[in-house]
Amino acid sequence: MKAARKASQRRSRLVVALFGAVMAMLAISAPGVATADEIGTDEYDFAFAGNVKYNSEPLEDVLIKVSGNGYEAEVVTDADGKWKIGVPEKEKYTITLDEETLPKGVIVVEGQASVEAEFGLTGNKSVNFFLGEGVRNVVSFGDQLVERIVNGLNFGLMLALAAIGASLVFGTTGLSNFAHGELVTLGAVFALVLGVFNHWPLLLAIPVAVLLAGGVGLGLDAALWRPLRKRGIGLTQLLIVSIGLSLALRYIIQFFIGGNIYQLPGSSDTKIKLFGSVSLSVVDMVSMGVSVLVLLAVAWWLVNTRIGKATRAISDNPSLAAASGINVNGVVRIVWVVSAALAGLAGILWAFFIPGIKWDMGGSFLLLIFAAITLGGLGTAFGAAIGSIIVGLLVEVSTLWIPSDLKYLGALAVLIVVLLVRPQGLLGRKERIG
Amino acid sequence: MDWGAVLNNTAGWLISPTTIAYAIAAVGLAVHFGYGGLLNFGMAGFMALGAYGYAISILSFGLPWWAGIIVGMLAATVFALILGIPTLRLRADYLAIVTIAAAEIVRLLFTTQVFDEFTNSADGLGGYHEGFRAANPIPEGTYGFGPWEYNETQWWVRIFGIFLLAIAVLVVFLLMRSPWGRVLKGIREDEDAVRALGKNVFAYKMQSLVLGGVFGALGGVVFALPSAVVPGVYVTSLTFFLWTILLLGGAATIFGPVVGAVIFWVIMAFLDNVLPQLAADDILPITNIQAAVVRYIFVGVALLLIVIFRPQGIFGNKKELTFVK
Repeated sequence: MKAARKASQRRSRLVVALFGAVMAMLAISAPGVATADEIGTDEYDFAFAGNVKYNSEPLEDVLIKVSGNGYEAEVVTDADGKWKIGVPEKEKYTITLDEETLPKGVIVVEGQASVEAEFGLTGNKSVNFFLGEGVRNVVSFGDQLVERIVNGLNFGLMLALAAIGASLVFGTTGLSNFAHGELVTLGAVFALVLGVFNHWPLLLAIPVAVLLAGGVGLGLDAALWRPLRKRGIGLTQLLIVSIGLSLALRYIIQFFIGGNIYQLPGSSDTKIKLFGSVSLSVVDMVSMGVSVLVLLAVAWWLVNTRIGKATRAISDNPSLAAASGINVNGVVRIVWVVSAALAGLAGILWAFFIPGIKWDMGGSFLLLIFAAITLGGLGTAFGAAIGSIIVGLLVEVSTLWIPSDLKYLGALAVLIVVLLVRPQGLLGRKERIG
Repeated sequence: MDWGAVLNNTAGWLISPTTIAYAIAAVGLAVHFGYGGLLNFGMAGFMALGAYGYAISILSFGLPWWAGIIVGMLAATVFALILGIPTLRLRADYLAIVTIAAAEIVRLLFTTQVFDEFTNSADGLGGYHEGFRAANPIPEGTYGFGPWEYNETQWWVRIFGIFLLAIAVLVVFLLMRSPWGRVLKGIREDEDAVRALGKNVFAYKMQSLVLGGVFGALGGVVFALPSAVVPGVYVTSLTFFLWTILLLGGAATIFGPVVGAVIFWVIMAFLDNVLPQLAADDILPITNIQAAVVRYIFVGVALLLIVIFRPQGIFGNKKELTFVK
């Protein structure tokens, strides 16, 4: 590998040398024509040279700059994509390819438009830039902002699906469910197993996966949470039980799907340009539509149906609700099913958004869920939805200023700030924080 | 199956640096949860601060190794103060959520490319051992017997770790039979009652958070002593393992965290040796990779069962239940 690279470097150096000779002859034969691709090679002994090509097509008129050690020079490539710049010292220089001068749709591989180069044993050094297909990041700040906001809305909406569920569970049972992240992963994994491993059509696999996730909620309530409530186990204990459950589920998922990252079909769809700089894939648009519809349905269910009203009654005051004839256990069971199904749906949508499915994907999602429901007000379903959208926007928009590997940082920091300033959250009531 | 090798490997974990590191961090967690009733789910963050504080002050700032340990402890103190100020006045589960989020923030900050110069991002840090090894009083050679045969460096790491663990246990023992400890336990049982006696509950909780956090940082240092500091270690699972250890041994006991750590790692090492063997011999219908995962499933289930059926842990006293309310 290394040897091959060396050989190719040697070859290109040879080519450059030959080329230089040809150019010299040309220069002699056609005096007065400026050699656009060479500068300073007559004055100095040392020279950087290169060949700008994209898909083996030479690119002409690309601007290359050299700077360093108090010396600066620039040159544009010739019809064969070649350039050469002489430098005074055998030292380290920074060589920059001006991306503005590349043809449309071609960019330098990220972070490599400007490279540092040093001479080896010889006085010539070839410097090549890796070009690729892509859109240069020349969109204005406003356009970037709009694009981030749309992405953030999309993310916030799927976060809301999961957060509402977690918030309903907290409201009705008092449990901060640390296993909620694993329910999110499970939804995505069910869709993966049905849609990819078993080749079901996606339109069938996804609803069935959501139902299965709801089934897991039902099973967990029947097998674990309900018996524990009956034993009268304290909330702190329940919280740690949910952590044990989260660990077990997480590794059970890893047991079955391993450590790889999987993709659902269609998650790398081409993007359709909508307006301004906003381009969304069909999956993105469907995802947002589904989130909005489901959130509206849940809201309608909470406000208008008997069970929805009962859910809110239990959230307000469980003993009073029980005393007025509400079947608390029945309602809690339904809440668990709804909550797990919503989490599963969120997981599937998130798998398209990232894109990818991994066994521990729910872990970071859980913290964002917590940030969202704390921001909105613990135990309030609508607060959770609002909090989620704010967190989603924050995560995406903050990448304008901070590197994307830190994008969850803002959301988590918000959590701490909210607790300092307004611990009951946006819609919460003060007494809840006791 | 080669049972001799399995038992040999397993026995080594009795005094492995990992076991000692987890034990020290679990002692810290006992100060938080067992005695103070604080739900700290950010112990991984404290350990990371200890480990990185140690490694970075040696590698980037050229401090001696013992100063590195102090820097790690200071970092944990600052972290505890930042965490405690917004949350200690609020209900317990807020602290749980904030600590787990804060630990994740710490991990992200150590993983990101931004501070690559100091943290070497996702690849982690290594090669800071010189000072610590130079301070080794043990002459060169191999000592010990049976499964516990190590060279002078390996012994030095273990002895120093056990020394720190002994200090931690002694401090907790002395503190918890002092008036300070009684007030702290009182806060765990009934915060309002203690407040009615004129005690500054917030200050006591904060002191407990700082003290336990410093032990967490020391655990992180011991974890870093033999090998390297890699950010991928300090995930939430690490915190949850510490909780399993603490609750296994008994949250409000002096030796519970230590014995819990030993039991935890000996069982984990045993399973790590046996399960892949069973899988390889086709006794279990699973692949080798799956066999490595199964033990973690057991941890989750074990945590769940302990909390439900024996919340006081192995050594705990049922009367001194740490799960109040």
